[in-house]
Amino acid sequence: MSEKVLRILVAKPGLDGHDRGAKIIARALRDAGFEVIYTGLHQTPEMIAETAVQEDVDCVGLSILSGAHMTLFPRILDLMKQKGVGDIPVFGGGIVPEEDIAELKTLGVKEIFTPGASTRDIVEWIRTNIDARA
Amino acid sequence: MRDSNSARNIDPRQARPRHATISGMELEECYRDGQAAGEVGEPGQYPFTRGVYPTMYRTKAWTMRQFAGFGSAADTNARFKYLLAAGGGGLSTAFDMPTLMGYDADHARAEGEVGREGVAVSTIADMQVLFDGIRLDEVTTSMTVNCSASILLAMYLVVAERQGCSWKKLGGTIQNDMFKEFIAQKEWICPPEPSLRIVTDMIEFCMNEVPRWHPVSISGYHIREAGSTAVQELAFTLADGIGYVQAAVDRGLDPDEFGPRLSFFFNVHNDFLEEIAKIRAARRLWAKIMRERFGAKTDRACLMRTHAQTSGVSLTAQQPLNNVVRVTIQALAATLAGVQSLHTNSLDETLALPSEEAVTVALRTQQILAEESGIVNTVDPFGGSFAIEALTDRMEREAADYIRRIDELGGIVRAIEIGYPQSEIADAAYAFQHATDDSEYVTVGVNGYVMDEGKALEILRIDRALEAGQREKVKAFKAARDAKKVAARIEEVRRAAVEDRNLMPHVVDAVRDGVTVGEISDVYRNVFGIYQDPATI
Repeated sequence: MSEKVLRILVAKPGLDGHDRGAKIIARALRDAGFEVIYTGLHQTPEMIAETAVQEDVDCVGLSILSGAHMTLFPRILDLMKQKGVGDIPVFGGGIVPEEDIAELKTLGVKEIFTPGASTRDIVEWIRTNIDARA
Repeated sequence: MRDSNSARNIDPRQARPRHATISGMELEECYRDGQAAGEVGEPGQYPFTRGVYPTMYRTKAWTMRQFAGFGSAADTNARFKYLLAAGGGGLSTAFDMPTLMGYDADHARAEGEVGREGVAVSTIADMQVLFDGIRLDEVTTSMTVNCSASILLAMYLVVAERQGCSWKKLGGTIQNDMFKEFIAQKEWICPPEPSLRIVTDMIEFCMNEVPRWHPVSISGYHIREAGSTAVQELAFTLADGIGYVQAAVDRGLDPDEFGPRLSFFFNVHNDFLEEIAKIRAARRLWAKIMRERFGAKTDRACLMRTHAQTSGVSLTAQQPLNNVVRVTIQALAATLAGVQSLHTNSLDETLALPSEEAVTVALRTQQILAEESGIVNTVDPFGGSFAIEALTDRMEREAADYIRRIDELGGIVRAIEIGYPQSEIADAAYAFQHATDDSEYVTVGVNGYVMDEGKALEILRIDRALEAGQREKVKAFKAARDAKKVAARIEEVRRAAVEDRNLMPHVVDAVRDGVTVGEISDVYRNVFGIYQDPATI
């Protein structure tokens, strides 16, 4: 693994205002030594894909609790592909039923963390699965 | 990722290193006489520590008000009728995210969100279907909506009018607590100042036109869900209440007149003793605020009526049947504390909106408490308990310290603008997560007593086709209107907004002529500006 510090985008797409989880994850990732860019609330898929490009991140974490994940996750993946950054791994968290998790993974989402996941699990997953982009 | 926890199990026989509540409040080994000095008093008498009515549930049990809303207006109407038939005492409406944020279903920002977290309402036609066949002067209705509350209340009034019900007979509550949105729930249109103006318009309008209505439900629920401690929930909720009362007084309204129309909404989490103490302290503190700070002369203006809801964040996706037990403990705390109405969460809410079976168990939990447990037979049965009275005193004292700090910052609007309550809550949420990760707090099935799980629960799925249908319905509704009349009504709302006249009569006229939630919200966006949250972690 490279010496570079991983840059991680934590984003909240859609209209959902529940940002407790996103903020806790953002803080935990920062405390674990990663560089964290937090977008704040109410981001459109376009805004998130654009930020991923602009900030040259190694990984994108999306938090959705509103049930809009089957629309917003695929949209963000598509937009990232269109912008030439389809290789940046995307993971997510929120209230996502099992069968949706399976479908999202076939669409290219790397991992989904559901309520009860510890911040250690998430940090560990990033350390194991995410490499710095060249 | 559930399996990753399976290595972490704990020994239930081992003594805990700390004896603190879920909020981190250390408890003494034993409480004794003389440790509580607060005014306990009598039920139904100032400062209402023991309850707002002298006879409480002996005369009338609390209202069992289950929150419902999903999919289309017709889907939710069917769920309302199901809950009323199952013995629910009042309606409580959950709206979807676009409705809450002031976007019609055909707006680009509504994509993916229509009917998901609540019912989709963009037009007066949707609102009519939502309450079809339910006489609005025979039920009381709560509507959980904030930044678009003025529009949804206007729609409710127009539906009542079309049913032939007098506004004077309408009972219910609209949440309409914008301060709490900035602090915790994070759904807004305009910045705090104009948002407060709209809320104050509604308080004034309801006093004159809809006298039995509660125009604002001052809500700690979401503050707690966002990660606050119990003391923070109590303190920030009452500080929000102070903000609304001050604004109404500044407009020349009499606290003795509007005071009785304010209602409250608290969370009830798992820590049984802490929650009972919190609600008892809330009543006492609010009574003192109304009398000592605002000079209310009548007892009615000083008594705090409250709805409560069991804690959504306390529920676990792991071993979900355990949630029935959590909800029972929480509901028992709420009723022992003397709340006026209660929503019990369903066991599947950490996975999806509740299924009919799950919501029935949740309602039955309340019915078993009311009918079988015997707690309704005496008022404030924990009153005088050494531990409860000492904790009630402590809750009141610590919340009063926070309120003093907010006063020093210049009041709640200023405190919100500089992010004070927000950062206090984020710190508490992070500290709690750390403590949970370290197993200082055990959540059964999550970081203790973990096991491999069997089959998943059957959950409620919202048909993805619903969104397209709703979008088309809204488009067709808009196309069929008298465009000139619509434009004129929108202009009237705009002028009332700019000229600082009470918005409500104009919003009512506008929805009567078919102006939509999104169109009136656009007026607010244009006149008052859009709020943007500082994206800090």
